[in-house]
Amino acid sequence: MKAYDIIDLAVRNLRESVLRNALTTIGISVGVASLVAMLSLGVGLQKLASRRLEKSGLFDTVIVSSRRDWRGMNRSDERSGPGAAESRLLDDTARTEIEKLPHVIEAYPDIRFVTELRYDDKAHMSMVAGLPFSAKDTDAFDGLQGQFFSSDDAAEVVLQKSFAAELLGKSEREDQENTADLAKPLIGKELVMRYAQRVNAPTEPSAADASGSYSVFQKEQKLKIVGVADLDPDSMRAAARAKVFLPLKLAQSLHVMQIGDMRDSMRGFNAQPTYLTISVRVQDPKYVQSVEDAVKKLGFSAFSILDASKSLTLFFRVLDMFLGIFGSLALAVASIGIVNTLVMAILERRREIGIMKAVGASDADVKLVFFAEAGGMGALGGVLGVLLGWAIGRVIDFGTNFYLRRQQLPPEHIWYVSWWLVMFAIGVAVVISLISGWYPAGRAARLDPVQTLRYE
Amino acid sequence: MASTNNEPAISAMTAAAHGIRVENVARHYTMGEAIIRAVDGISLEIASGDFVALLGSSGSGKSSLLNLIAGLDRPTGGSIVVQGSDLAKLSRTELAQYRLRTVGMVFQSFNLIPSMTVDENVGLPLRFAEIDRRERGKISRTAIERVGLAARIDHKPTQLSGGEQQRVALARALVNQPKLLLADEPTGNLDSKTGTGIMDLIDNFNRTLGMTVLMVTHERALAERYARRLIFLADGKLVGDEPNVPTHAAQGVRQ
Repeated sequence: MKAYDIIDLAVRNLRESVLRNALTTIGISVGVASLVAMLSLGVGLQKLASRRLEKSGLFDTVIVSSRRDWRGMNRSDERSGPGAAESRLLDDTARTEIEKLPHVIEAYPDIRFVTELRYDDKAHMSMVAGLPFSAKDTDAFDGLQGQFFSSDDAAEVVLQKSFAAELLGKSEREDQENTADLAKPLIGKELVMRYAQRVNAPTEPSAADASGSYSVFQKEQKLKIVGVADLDPDSMRAAARAKVFLPLKLAQSLHVMQIGDMRDSMRGFNAQPTYLTISVRVQDPKYVQSVEDAVKKLGFSAFSILDASKSLTLFFRVLDMFLGIFGSLALAVASIGIVNTLVMAILERRREIGIMKAVGASDADVKLVFFAEAGGMGALGGVLGVLLGWAIGRVIDFGTNFYLRRQQLPPEHIWYVSWWLVMFAIGVAVVISLISGWYPAGRAARLDPVQTLRYE
Repeated sequence: MASTNNEPAISAMTAAAHGIRVENVARHYTMGEAIIRAVDGISLEIASGDFVALLGSSGSGKSSLLNLIAGLDRPTGGSIVVQGSDLAKLSRTELAQYRLRTVGMVFQSFNLIPSMTVDENVGLPLRFAEIDRRERGKISRTAIERVGLAARIDHKPTQLSGGEQQRVALARALVNQPKLLLADEPTGNLDSKTGTGIMDLIDNFNRTLGMTVLMVTHERALAERYARRLIFLADGKLVGDEPNVPTHAAQGVRQ
């Protein structure tokens, strides 16, 4: 029988028992909706995690350190290449060189120091760090109260929520405090930073060893509080994390004494400041490995947490698999509905099947008509299920974002229905329907025409 | 009843090539420990183009024999050769092809599909023969016109009288131009006038299209009116085989 005749007979039969077939199709669509709901939640969560991690800068950043520095993070590097004493300095020349590498967006030095900050005539000690202007777009400042720095060298400061609480003399349980409430009395106020400025000694042609000399002065810098960050922008620094942030160019211009300065002066090569580390931002996490390799070729140590993202992908694959299994349970129940519907159809259409066989239908013709009916219900149920699943997703997305907004958090899409998921769900519905139709179709094909025509 | 002249013998000579040859065929059913011998060792030959009536009381095995010749059932013993093919040796698919191409069947209860129109019912075998839709329409319309139902082409079986339904069944049996028309009590559900109309049509197909007709009936008068050979069955056995001069033909009635 030709394909259009098979489809025509199948559609005709489906229309004959509209209610029963519609209920079966709804059963399939609920199963598919459940599958779509579960998988799109899994995919959505994976995308959310990837988005947040990408925004965090953890996955598109390579941390570069000098091999001279005992802080070199990859110990295997220490054992290969030039020895610590012969390797290159991590200074502005190196930074410019790194910034010119392919796929590198920017390379900025890590300037951080512990110093005293006075607010309301009270002294507070904190780690202060310079932040590049590009940090504005990272997720650490999603819940920022106030605003980010107006320029890269503005005399402005952004505080971490816990330090803001400390300035206001509030309890250490700062996580229970509302960031907006903490920011309100502080925004626009002045903070005085007292720091140690390093000034290089003037170089005299006669003094061969003068390159390592510098003076240290106590200085004060007035800073305007412009923002309070809800999250911890410096969380990956662990114990060295800062709670007060300055614009990077301002931090560089202050020439604050760095931890490594003293050690470098002992070694006699601090004609210009060197950095403990340089953070290199690359265009996409996929370039991290190549940039890391290129940096190592330049003679520096490089470190990234790319491997962590691979583990994360594995985790989400497993999560997707389990969500898919749970989502498929409803579809499995729906498939029993298909078997039931088609077995009922055989009972009702015994005579019709007998007539078809008497006038020349083969077993395959009868089987194909039943398969087409099962496939038709599966395809229709699949399409309706995807629409239903999508609608459920929209509702949950809306509900989640409503909750997030009430919590003064930025909106997020935790639901993601991709094209592959749509095609996969419809495909699964059709395949499961065809498998479900296998037994009834076979049973219909094997019906004895003499028995069926004698019936009645 | 044994044959009294040599006509059945003449038919047998041509049957091997173009007609039907039934050799010691049996169809036994097992019900519990009992064996029901619906057809029990029947042998006969029917010439191509003949009009044969199978007569007998209920349970004599005439419908069972017809079903075996129609390829709807398989014998438990013996062989049935139609148009040179031994039905017992055909696969299920080949048997379906045989029912499609060689046999046209008419039943007592019409056996039309209620959800289909006259046109669709008649065109049903053409779907299985994979005839193109446009071509199918033409062929089925010709068959419908032949049984005089052109005006009812879009009607459904429930909108037709019994006689009209049987005409549709006849058109459906005719549509694939089979060599063999098998009719199982074709007038059983019809009044005598309507039944006559149907029998006249069958007779017409036999004479004008050269179709071999094998008709099951329990009405001897009807058989004698149209058939050229009468075969009598009782308890699954052949008990008589005699030629007949159809009175219908003698009266010179033609469609």
